[in-house]
Amino acid sequence: MTVSTWVVFLIFAELSVLAFGGGATILPEMQRQLVDQRGWLTAQEFGALFALAQAAPGPNMMVGPLIGWHVAGLKGALAAAGGLFLPSSAITLVGVHAWERFKTHPFRPIIQAGLLPVTAGLVAASALILSQAAAADAMHVAIIVIVSVAAFATRLHPLALLAAGAVAGLVSPF
Amino acid sequence: MTAASPTEPAPEAPGVASLFTSFLMLGLTGFGGVLPMARHMVVEKRRWLTGAEFSDLLGLCQFLPGGNVINVAVAIGMRFRGPAGAAAALIGLIAAPTAIAIALGSVYARYGEDPAVQHAFAGLASAAAGLIVATAAKIALPLKGKPVAIAVAGVCFGAIAILRLPLLPTLLVIAPVSIALAWRMRR
Repeated sequence: MTVSTWVVFLIFAELSVLAFGGGATILPEMQRQLVDQRGWLTAQEFGALFALAQAAPGPNMMVGPLIGWHVAGLKGALAAAGGLFLPSSAITLVGVHAWERFKTHPFRPIIQAGLLPVTAGLVAASALILSQAAAADAMHVAIIVIVSVAAFATRLHPLALLAAGAVAGLVSPF
Repeated sequence: MTAASPTEPAPEAPGVASLFTSFLMLGLTGFGGVLPMARHMVVEKRRWLTGAEFSDLLGLCQFLPGGNVINVAVAIGMRFRGPAGAAAALIGLIAAPTAIAIALGSVYARYGEDPAVQHAFAGLASAAAGLIVATAAKIALPLKGKPVAIAVAGVCFGAIAILRLPLLPTLLVIAPVSIALAWRMRR
């Protein structure tokens, strides 16, 4: 399988400018393009790499460079990082200048109110798609349900929940 | 970790190197939600911005595409040292997490065929999916009692998760419609 680093860059550049609401909103599109359309990795690999990226420190968008690395090595990682971080950063640089005039504009709260349900729908879509890929059997469905309830209702650290999931997966077949 | 004492005057504007190392440390230490740590570093520890300035900047960054903390870092770098500062802050923030993610990925690539590792990763992926389910629930919570917003979220969810439509055209249709609906509700 040959993967063009330019294509990797362009895919993540598109995701970068569409990531309203942050990294969790673009996971379905990332999966659609890389898994469904290009077949560069399986849905299970996508889920595993996403989980790995969640276990790393830093912003929650490290799945991009990780997938870039997975499909095209170091060049792929750099292409994905450049694509995912440069366009949105350029928009931020422009946005900072426009912000002073815009922040008291009467349309600002309306746009924010309008974007919120879109973000909610997109993150819910991420949740379904990742859960579908992970839910191989009753055991894994149980991990998904228990972790989601624990993360929603308690203040347990996300890393602790990830570690618990990995241990549960490891011991479950024995 | 030497926190400035509260009586000390606000330090002068950070240089490019200081922006790089500060965001590098943030990238290394911020596990599971960098935003509170970013606020702590920028407002309390380094005193680059006041709490109100940080909140204002965050409000902008949540508005723009991309990761919120990444946008905050770029904006702070730009504010103090122009494009070079923005680049230093961005690269500082993502360098270490990218390297760590790739190191974890190489473990997965090397031992991914091992059944025990596969089971651990399947469990890890299930837990990560559970975390996103909880995030989705938290984001959806403010929609409670707003049937129009719930309908928009539902249509967006269906288009992306069920119909698997491409994101770009979906956003180009749904975002303006949702903003127009929010506008009508306000009037």
